[in-house]
Amino acid sequence: MATPELLWKNGRFGQTSRRDAWWLPPASVLIGLSVFLVYANWAAWQNAHYTFGPYLSPFYSPELFGDSPHALFGPKPAWYPRFLPFSPALLILWIPGLFRLTCYYYRGAYYKAFWADPPACAVSEPRNVYLGERSLPLILQNSHRFFLRLSYPVWAFLAWDAIKSYRFSDGFGIGLGSLILTANVILLGGYVFGCHAFRHLIGGVYDRLAERPVRHKLYQCVSCLNGDHMKWAWSSLFSVGFADLYVRLCSMGIWTDWRIL
Amino acid sequence: MARPALFRIWRGNPEGGAFQDFKTEVDAGMVVLDAVHRIQAAQAPDLAVRWNCKAGKCGSCSAEINGMPRLMCMTRMGQLNLDMPVVIEPMHAFPLIRDLVTDVSWNFQVKKKIKKFKPRTPDAPDGTWRMRQADVDRVQEFRKCIECFLCQDVCHVLREHRKYDEFIGPRYFVYTAALEMHPLDTESRIAGLKNDHGVGYCNITTCCRQVCPESITITENAIIPLKERVVDEYFDPFRKLLRIIR
Ligand code: SF4
Ligand code: SF4
Ligand code: FES
Ligand code: FES
Repeated sequence: MATPELLWKNGRFGQTSRRDAWWLPPASVLIGLSVFLVYANWAAWQNAHYTFGPYLSPFYSPELFGDSPHALFGPKPAWYPRFLPFSPALLILWIPGLFRLTCYYYRGAYYKAFWADPPACAVSEPRNVYLGERSLPLILQNSHRFFLRLSYPVWAFLAWDAIKSYRFSDGFGIGLGSLILTANVILLGGYVFGCHAFRHLIGGVYDRLAERPVRHKLYQCVSCLNGDHMKWAWSSLFSVGFADLYVRLCSMGIWTDWRIL
Repeated sequence: MARPALFRIWRGNPEGGAFQDFKTEVDAGMVVLDAVHRIQAAQAPDLAVRWNCKAGKCGSCSAEINGMPRLMCMTRMGQLNLDMPVVIEPMHAFPLIRDLVTDVSWNFQVKKKIKKFKPRTPDAPDGTWRMRQADVDRVQEFRKCIECFLCQDVCHVLREHRKYDEFIGPRYFVYTAALEMHPLDTESRIAGLKNDHGVGYCNITTCCRQVCPESITITENAIIPLKERVVDEYFDPFRKLLRIIR
């Protein structure tokens, strides 16, 4: 089959006849993701100020080993290699990190924003070579569903943390932090359970889905979340960072938690 | 609200060409195709433009308006900033015939490469089948396609990287999805998708979905589910193992 002979080829980087602000969405993604990455990295390496009262920062949950009372298996184990830096967040954050890195929505967004592939629709690219997700390294994006499977328990722990955030030393109570952790879990739930891979696994894989009523119903629910996947992705990214910041500021004494009840 | 507007229209043939400016009266209810026809009638009788239905249903009048692939008959003057010239170009991803007309026959060749519909044996003795409405609804979306090829035009894998031999493009992922997810179909197109049709080249940047005049959710409802089916087959040993055990 003959490759069509084209008139328009080898455009300059950024060449386009578009006259709208096509650079604005990728620039916003670039800034939004960069700010988050810098903050999350900084926060994860701190190994301090990640709890306050019944609150546990979502970056540090589940806390497998650590110094706080939330640690599941006690303090940093003796067998932990000494040359490796330690922070409870580092033991767990790779799961949500790789989950988001391989998320279909984020992929499409950061290929544009960070790699200009393409910079925006119908705008010329800086490189001629293109491998796509067909060969290494990007073929590894196909591992998304593994990180999805690992994210179920992580989400369950965060949900448990949110429940525990209402248990203060003097009994049941509601603090602003409890509400923030709860909102965060809801937003993360909308993101994780609206995942494209989840939608496929829960029902999309079947061509005769309507013959399986339970899966069909679940597929419809997941599709409903999935339709707004981008919004869930951004709102949960913001909430998870904000929840950490809130706990951190309370713990550092910069901010006083507002005890509503 | 009649007002003058400037149109900057590409004129040329496969050897080359240039933009030519035309001034004409427009009003808010008009579409770009109306303006092009007005220019053709009064100023440039040899201006080549393809159209048919003027109702967004035949997929003939695809072009690039102010840099974005669109149907000329569905783009209203009111949607455009008329203080600047309206730039109209033929689709970039296909060979030019003349002016605004391109040769889209590559697409029809691609379609032939996709395995045909293969229904299971009929469910009833009279040779008919039974399907659930919900299952048919799922593939119905894909059948709205009018083959305007705007999605093919905008896709950077074709437009920019020219993988015409290894990549079938979003239109044909939609077509494959319609067959592959059909409740009666028994054929498998997964190996073809991965090896010959280049589904892995798509980097889900959603430009195809953004330009589709039929609002088909190309990326999320067709391409990603197909990518997931490729993962089932080639990249998910757990699932494979589970299937063997069951
Ligand atoms: S989402 Fe995929 S098929 Fe659609 S335009 Fe982008 S790269 Fe092409
Ligand atoms: S999928 Fe949409 S954009 Fe692509 S050819 Fe069909 S109608 Fe046109
Ligand atoms: S596709 Fe976004 S989380 Fe799976
Ligand atoms: S003329 Fe038929 S779609 Fe525009």
